[in-house]
Amino acid sequence: MNPVFQGLITIAIGVGGIFLYFIASNAFLDKVLFPAKGPNASRNINRANTIRPWLFLAPTIIALSLYLVYPVVGSFIRSLYNRSGNDFIGFANYTSMFASSEFRTAFLNNVLWALVVPSVSTFLGLLIAQLTDKLRWGNIAKSLIFMPMAISFVGASLIWKFVYAIDPELGIINAIRVNMFGAQPLDVLQVAFWNNIFLMVILIWVQTGFAMVILSAALRGIPEETIEAAIIDGANPFQIFFKIQIPQVTNTIIVVFTTTTILVLKVFDIVYAMTGGNFNTQILPSYMMQFMFRDDGRATAVAIVIMLIVTPVMVQNIRQARAEMR
Amino acid sequence: MDNIAGKKSSLSIAVNITVLLLVLIWLIPTVGLFVSSFRDRDAISASGWWLAASSTEQTFRGRGDTETTTPVDGGFALTGNVFEDPEIAPSFPDGQGNIAAFGDSGRAPGAYPAGEVADLGDGETLIVERNGDYVFTVPEDPEGSGPRYYIVAEAPPSFTLDNYRTVLTAGGMGQAFVNTLTVTIPTTIIPILMAAFAAYALAWMDFAGRTWLIAAIIGLLVVPLQLALVPMLTLHNQVGIGQSFLGIWLAHSAFGQPLAVYLLRNYMIGLPRDIIESARVDGGTDFQIFTKIILPLSFPALAAFAIFQFLWTWNDLLIAKVFLPSSDETKVMTVKIADDLLGSRGGDWGILAAAAFVSITIPLLVFFTLQRYLVRGLLAGSVK
Amino acid sequence: MATLKLTDIEKTYGGTVNVLNDINLDIKAGELIVFVGPSGCGKSTLLRMIAGLEKITSGTLEIDGQVVNDTPPAQRGIAMVFQSYALYPHMTVRDNMSFALKLAKKSKEEIDAAVMKAAKILQLEPYLDRLPKALSGGQRQRVAIGRSIVRDPKVYLFDEPLSNLDAALRVATRIEIAQLKESMPDSTMIYVTHDQVEAMTLASRIVVLANKGIAQVGTPLELYERPENEFVAQFIGSPAMNLLSGEIVETGAQTRVRLDGGGTALADVASTDADMGARVNVGVRPEDLVATDGDYIFHGTVNITEALGEVTLLYFERIGDNDAVIGKLPGIHADLRGRDVRMSAAPEKVQIFKDGRSLKYR
Repeated sequence: MNPVFQGLITIAIGVGGIFLYFIASNAFLDKVLFPAKGPNASRNINRANTIRPWLFLAPTIIALSLYLVYPVVGSFIRSLYNRSGNDFIGFANYTSMFASSEFRTAFLNNVLWALVVPSVSTFLGLLIAQLTDKLRWGNIAKSLIFMPMAISFVGASLIWKFVYAIDPELGIINAIRVNMFGAQPLDVLQVAFWNNIFLMVILIWVQTGFAMVILSAALRGIPEETIEAAIIDGANPFQIFFKIQIPQVTNTIIVVFTTTTILVLKVFDIVYAMTGGNFNTQILPSYMMQFMFRDDGRATAVAIVIMLIVTPVMVQNIRQARAEMR
Repeated sequence: MDNIAGKKSSLSIAVNITVLLLVLIWLIPTVGLFVSSFRDRDAISASGWWLAASSTEQTFRGRGDTETTTPVDGGFALTGNVFEDPEIAPSFPDGQGNIAAFGDSGRAPGAYPAGEVADLGDGETLIVERNGDYVFTVPEDPEGSGPRYYIVAEAPPSFTLDNYRTVLTAGGMGQAFVNTLTVTIPTTIIPILMAAFAAYALAWMDFAGRTWLIAAIIGLLVVPLQLALVPMLTLHNQVGIGQSFLGIWLAHSAFGQPLAVYLLRNYMIGLPRDIIESARVDGGTDFQIFTKIILPLSFPALAAFAIFQFLWTWNDLLIAKVFLPSSDETKVMTVKIADDLLGSRGGDWGILAAAAFVSITIPLLVFFTLQRYLVRGLLAGSVK
Repeated sequence: MATLKLTDIEKTYGGTVNVLNDINLDIKAGELIVFVGPSGCGKSTLLRMIAGLEKITSGTLEIDGQVVNDTPPAQRGIAMVFQSYALYPHMTVRDNMSFALKLAKKSKEEIDAAVMKAAKILQLEPYLDRLPKALSGGQRQRVAIGRSIVRDPKVYLFDEPLSNLDAALRVATRIEIAQLKESMPDSTMIYVTHDQVEAMTLASRIVVLANKGIAQVGTPLELYERPENEFVAQFIGSPAMNLLSGEIVETGAQTRVRLDGGGTALADVASTDADMGARVNVGVRPEDLVATDGDYIFHGTVNITEALGEVTLLYFERIGDNDAVIGKLPGIHADLRGRDVRMSAAPEKVQIFKDGRSLKYR
């Protein structure tokens, strides 16, 4: 069957099915299980209302438990088995992984990514948010810097492949090197250590817009009076920015930082498309994809490592959410 | 703050320049790609895209026109104008140009300056004037095909849609585009509906374990998707879904749930309590309140999530690589570019650029038209 | 024509936070009952329990003799006007008003007739096809009321319906509500407010809520003239009633109190011999104080005068532990500032409170 046609049918079945499910299950609850009639009408209505939330939640809960909760356990169990999945080998996948130098490279690179990308994009986002705030064309500037958010990581990689191209007639970097400094063209993606930075630049390019939008809103949320008070107290623009504005958006900065950190641990596309993990640019997500389809035991072991790195953030988020709900 | 007395203007100029610079840095890579996608292979290798709008010196080749063959002293002469040569003419739409040099071999296409008579040996001579008129003298009648010559000329900037044509037809991007749409649209619509019901329950229905559930969903927001790949693919294979569109629809719909529920709940809880209670007093059941009051009022949040989910599924590479088969009929654009084009067409930059642009046009369109909702959604998702 | 009976109603949140206790109240058909009290006294909670928006922790609520504790809001035959109006922003005025009837699956003719009737009463006919955002505050308020009229409920509930309006509009709408009540003499209404002017002008009876319970129930004038306790005495009336401490020196059909400030007060309040020598508080409303040259209840230096035009407020210097005494004299008396003035009041205007309770109520 033509996939487009199949897609249309899926939309119809999916949307119709969900509505049908809700209408039918609610009707069953109200008409058959606990009818709002007869001597027990009041009690039945109340009983129906204690069950109803779970009808509303059921599709989501099923989807979440199947696709996000079960895999935590499922991945862990799988990681204790060998490549074929037939033999239980305990933590052998982990020990051999920790022993491999490529894993260590990937891990260290990932640490670097997790430090550099969030800091730089948050910093730039804050800077741009502040600078554009009072500009007449600030919204256009922000919109353009925000634009890479809409571009896939693959697309972004391709865009930057042009920038990094060796051919000085193609890559801006080499064009500048050759034409302005008379140096030899160079494949920047093979320069040890710095190639990691060049890859991070791509993610920073994508993510700065996100940081900027959030921080811009946070900066605008600062009571104008505090800034005006500082002006009257004689603070200069820099003092206002660092001593009045930034302290009032610290929480938002932390949110932006952690959100970006979590993202860094998910993005394998850039490394995959740019270097394929060669030249010591491997990071954990791309390292995992190397084993995907080849050695599921090893792949899941990497996934569990990523999960462990994310766990503190997760615990913190849950804690904060529970505190806010009280 | 623009009204404050005694404000220095030098600072404002510095700010303007800094922002302008940053915007340029942000734009240049994309502009480069965009320009390159409209240039053919020769133009790309001849000059940087930043020079695309100016004319460039390029090498062309043609053949002496045998129809003009006339016997002269010591052989035959072929005359004509290079800009009328069928191989060269397409690059010079107005039929004229400036010849810098010419030659008779591809290795040294510019061996002789224009206007000079060149002795090519074996009794052959060639002269090409600056305006393109040439006289080619050869010892024997060339009959069928005229002798080769090469010229170096200032070619006007040329842009072409060929790359797009190639990419969309021969390159398989057309199919990939359709596949991406096939993945994206159901997985944008279906999870929103699921999540909207759940978010309503979490925002406005009272039941035991509600706070616990909300916390769990917030926790699931950060669970790395990588964990789900192996177990869920195995499960899909076991229940017969395998790698298929159905599989990726299910996966995306599920993976979108935490963010969708979180965003929508945050929004719905901000709706005035009085309105919902009023509807309850008016006799609305939860289902009616949801469809008649909550859904219409939550439109901005629904739109915001729809944009998120659309961009995310459209741009996704990971899930598509794992949950879709890797045959050409089912490849989405990101996979096509990352696995096929970057590998096999590694050197053909024009094609790559066109392919990239095909894949990012729709998201950019969505982005620029619906940016307002996207920003609102982002804020609802992070600042709270 | 609905009666309400509240018996021993109690509300506790989360098993620990007690907000209302021992609420016993009989509401007769056709009454307009106003709940007043300081903020946080639970008046809105009580209304929401009657509406069914809050569960009743213990006690029973009867409407027309039927216990409705477990009946969902929509089945109780009530309609509610919310403080924020709670208009559905995406629906026109007409749709807002007909929403409940549509949910109840009434026929189209019936719905149209009901909507038109309500629109006519409230002069909303020109606005029926507008969205709420295109209406002024007063119009929105009328739509909210119209929405409840359309349902023809047994009981109308109003939750501070005027607090979002500006002062002028508040007066106008208050009068409209009074007229509305008059045109529907059979409907029972319960009205929550913190504004005692609304309470005094609208209510058939007022329920004063304080300290998690009912402080007094009565007609507006009862509350004003015969407050049951010091709280009600001070809550009703503005400025609040003056309270002066003293000791009973003469009992009988009238009671005489020697005040700690040196004056004496005679009140038309009966007392017994057992009361002789008891410590009491004497209550006199500022507007009942008159300047005198003879026997005085109170004398002191006028600290500040506020001339409001029709009256002048006199703030006396504080004496002892009592709050500063306030007097309210008709006319303009700015010249009294800094003077020592003797004040007295007619015996029928004087209240006596022992342990916080009025001697009139025992």
